[in-house]
Amino acid sequence: MPDIDIPARPTPASPARILARGVRGLMMPHRIAMALVALAGLVAMVLMMDWSWLPAYLPRLWAGLGMTLAMLGASVVFGFLIALPLGVAQVIGPRPLRWLALGFCTVIRGTPLLLQLWLIYFGLGSLFAQFPELRETWLWPYLRQAWPYGLFALTISFAAYQGEVMRGAFAGVPYGELEAARAFGMSRGKVFRRVWFPRALYRALPTLSGEIILQLKSTPLLATITVTDLYAVITRVRQATFLTYEPLLFLVAVYLCLSAVLIGVLRWMETRVPQHG
Amino acid sequence: MIKTLALSLTAAAALAGPAMAQTYNVGISAEPYPPFYAPDASGAWSGWEIDFMNAVCDRIGAECVVTPVAWEGIIPALNTGKIDMIIGSMGITPERAEQIAFSDKYYDTPTGVVALASTDVQPTPEGVTGAYLGAQSGSIQENYVAQYFAETAADVRIYQTLDEELQDLAAGRIDAVVGDTLAMQPFIDSEAGQACCEYRGAVENDPDVLGRGVGIGLRKDDTELLETVNAAIAEIRSDGTYEEISAPYFGDLDIYGE
Repeated sequence: MPDIDIPARPTPASPARILARGVRGLMMPHRIAMALVALAGLVAMVLMMDWSWLPAYLPRLWAGLGMTLAMLGASVVFGFLIALPLGVAQVIGPRPLRWLALGFCTVIRGTPLLLQLWLIYFGLGSLFAQFPELRETWLWPYLRQAWPYGLFALTISFAAYQGEVMRGAFAGVPYGELEAARAFGMSRGKVFRRVWFPRALYRALPTLSGEIILQLKSTPLLATITVTDLYAVITRVRQATFLTYEPLLFLVAVYLCLSAVLIGVLRWMETRVPQHG
Repeated sequence: MIKTLALSLTAAAALAGPAMAQTYNVGISAEPYPPFYAPDASGAWSGWEIDFMNAVCDRIGAECVVTPVAWEGIIPALNTGKIDMIIGSMGITPERAEQIAFSDKYYDTPTGVVALASTDVQPTPEGVTGAYLGAQSGSIQENYVAQYFAETAADVRIYQTLDEELQDLAAGRIDAVVGDTLAMQPFIDSEAGQACCEYRGAVENDPDVLGRGVGIGLRKDDTELLETVNAAIAEIRSDGTYEEISAPYFGDLDIYGE
């Protein structure tokens, strides 16, 4: 038998070890050179550009960042919860349910998010407004705001993309494992909880982090329906100060930092999920 | 070969330059602002301000090209040379005058409040207490709302276009819109506007925020152009062209202000 190189099973790494590995990786000569160039660019930016607007706008920028993160977090959580049944329905659902789930994913994934956002805010939103009875209820203070529509649009978008990923992940779990679990006498629910779902989740995790980063970059669209997220605040800064590059570069830096933090956290989470469970 | 040809053509164009009409890129907001400027189905821009621009360009003997620019970037676009003039209903405010030069004003209309008929919103800081207000992003009205109404209003929603604001007003999702009276006039007169809303009057003027009328925006170092443009505006005012341009849009109403 030929000697096969079996890759060692990666052990769940502690954050400290991941950090140490990252620091080692950064010590390569070409990376140091690149970091120096980036640093020089940063210093030049700070010294030569006009940042005097920053302190005055800081409270509003924080509020905008909070809105961006709240929209991202809530839409990812709700979207993921919807994505699970979407994925399962497409794999083992009865035919009508399967078609329904497939149709939902296809329509949402096949149309621009901006279009959905506008249809929901200006379409659905003004439809609600036509029922005077609705204005008397406790719902109206929410329905007249813009963020619930934004959150809804972001959520169904995330659900559709992630639903497709979960479909693949559920379908990809080897049938033998499920059969074995059944042979152990586990109920269908227990098989789902203990075998099918964890195995599918692990398969889906790398794409999940990609989807979350994409979702972060979709949030500025909310500014077009009057939600005051980070991007909307920066637009306000641009109008008030007549500056172009400084506010936009600031925005680039913030989104890059957010992405980096998200990638780090999700990578760490990936190492925590048991693979052979 | 092609390169040489292109070079000689450029040289010829440069030589012929002074003899040919100067071409100016005239910036307007990419967001439609009827009746002052709006694109038709084919994308050609028309409106009162486009007619006014043509009258000005005729008089200064220049070829003018309408160049839509995103409103929030229109002053940087002027200062970096992407456009040469702004003829886009830009109010002359002290803040803007620090960045660019303005011609004499060519129209001046009050800022007013259109509110849902079912509310008792009035155009005063006390009058908007607890109300949801709408204003257009980057407009003098947005600044006015931020300075005078933001404290008492329940919320201020910022829209990209006046159309979207008025749509949300008609839907009842905001209580009032603070905008240019003239720009809101078509909505107030429309069936949808009559059904839902009322004009509640002009806000108290503050020239430091609302500006001193609308002028043509120019780069500060284009002093020669500023002079010719001012002369052209004076001519348009005095020789009856102004009324001629205005009649199809506003009838007898004089939008020049006092």
